[in-house]
Amino acid sequence: MAQALTNWFQAPGAQFALFSALKILCVFSVLMFIVAYAVWVERKVSAAIQDRRGPNRVGIFGFLQPAADAVKAFLKEDFTPAHVRKAYYWLAPAIVMIPSLLTVAIIPFGSQLGHQKMVIADLNVGILYTFGIVSLGVYGIVLAGYASNSKYPFLGGIRSSAQMISYEIAMGMSVVPLFLLAGRLNLGAVIAYQAGGWLDWFIFKQPLAFVIFLAAMFAETNRLPFDLPEAEQELAGGYNVEYSSMKFALFFMGEYASMAVSAGMLVTLFLGGWTLPFAGLDQPAQTIAAGLLHIAIFLGKMLFVVFMVIWVRWMWPRFRYDQLMDLGWRRFIPLALANIVITAVFLWWKA
Amino acid sequence: MQDILFYIFASLTLVFGFFVIANPFSRNPVTSAMFLVLTIISLAGLFVLLHAFFLAVVQVLVYAGAVIVLFLFVIMLLDLKAEEQRKLRTFAVIGGVISVGAILAIFLQSLASSPLHADELPLLEGGTAQLGKLLFTQYLLPFEIVSVLLLVAMVGVVLLSGKEAK
Repeated sequence: MAQALTNWFQAPGAQFALFSALKILCVFSVLMFIVAYAVWVERKVSAAIQDRRGPNRVGIFGFLQPAADAVKAFLKEDFTPAHVRKAYYWLAPAIVMIPSLLTVAIIPFGSQLGHQKMVIADLNVGILYTFGIVSLGVYGIVLAGYASNSKYPFLGGIRSSAQMISYEIAMGMSVVPLFLLAGRLNLGAVIAYQAGGWLDWFIFKQPLAFVIFLAAMFAETNRLPFDLPEAEQELAGGYNVEYSSMKFALFFMGEYASMAVSAGMLVTLFLGGWTLPFAGLDQPAQTIAAGLLHIAIFLGKMLFVVFMVIWVRWMWPRFRYDQLMDLGWRRFIPLALANIVITAVFLWWKA
Repeated sequence: MQDILFYIFASLTLVFGFFVIANPFSRNPVTSAMFLVLTIISLAGLFVLLHAFFLAVVQVLVYAGAVIVLFLFVIMLLDLKAEEQRKLRTFAVIGGVISVGAILAIFLQSLASSPLHADELPLLEGGTAQLGKLLFTQYLLPFEIVSVLLLVAMVGVVLLSGKEAK
């Protein structure tokens, strides 16, 4: 029995499965932790900006607030209105959550620990996979609107899905110049390209692409300058009006998860991923300690972006819907196209 | 492992495909569209088993991510109710039988002409670089024709949605 088990462990396929499962478990728990505490940070930051105290009753500095929120969400009555389409009403919150959990699979969150690459799936089609999965995120919102079977959620669902589809295009186009420069779609290759110096980071090489990607990221994750899906004040809410209790909470967890994941994507694409251009930190780690340091660098950059996204929410007013569409279609898409052509011409001229 | 996954994805594709056109539980067009999404995703799984990652991803991105979302929009905006049992029209039946028969004939012919034993698995390591080269050299003409087709559709949309000329 023990012999068979050892043999199984030494087979390459089994090792691959074991390490993959381990990585998935770690990444998933870290992501869920970030989701929970992003809410806490959001409440603290908003309180500081508005000169309030924020949550301070549960634990020190309200540090157990996420747990209290979770208990509240679970214990609330899970009310299902009589007029909803049941199957879709149950499915929609889950579908909102899935895409962000799938996208995290290809983000390299570190160089290597021992011989294990710190990425769950090192795909050659890299970024295309991300866009394939992100494009499925629309279904959650469209179905939530449709399932509710009443006017305001339905309009909200249509409104948000139109927004997401529009900004997906700008987002997809904005990253094309990066891959023209890096030469491959693999995210590891993109990070390798950015190793070397501060000026090799794509935020400095492709500032226009960065700006478009950043704005599209806000729109895709329904964060504030573009948070029409949840605009309570002037649009009477969105696709989530008919939801309560844990299902409502799942929509919010999905939002924060996609915020964290797209922050990770932004770091990988524009901010050099797990690298820092000094002390040899831009080369794959040889020791376990250096590998852990790389993971810490990645998490640090990612949390910084998450913090910035939260900060923006409390500083900016909301866009009007026509302004949002105008910005996406008539500003960002032409600019992104021009950026692609200029980069291609530059590469052709250089060759 | 590969074989098991193949059978899983293949049967899922067939079952979901069946539910798209003849769902015994619901005649709701939205349900059909959602089953079409599932069909496409399981088809992408089959592509992955053939190592055609690019094809798999583009399949999900274009069809599941864009085309069927538009289907859903149209279904919802037109407010299509559950489809009622329609009367059979002779013309539709004849047309349907002929087209299904033709497709079946092609299918059976290619089945009959291919050897039954399993060949070495063709590794379609469909890299984007090779694909791009082929598209712009060997298959340039078909590629350009398809682009013109899309352009025509776009011009048509602009014309239809444009404001009336005074």
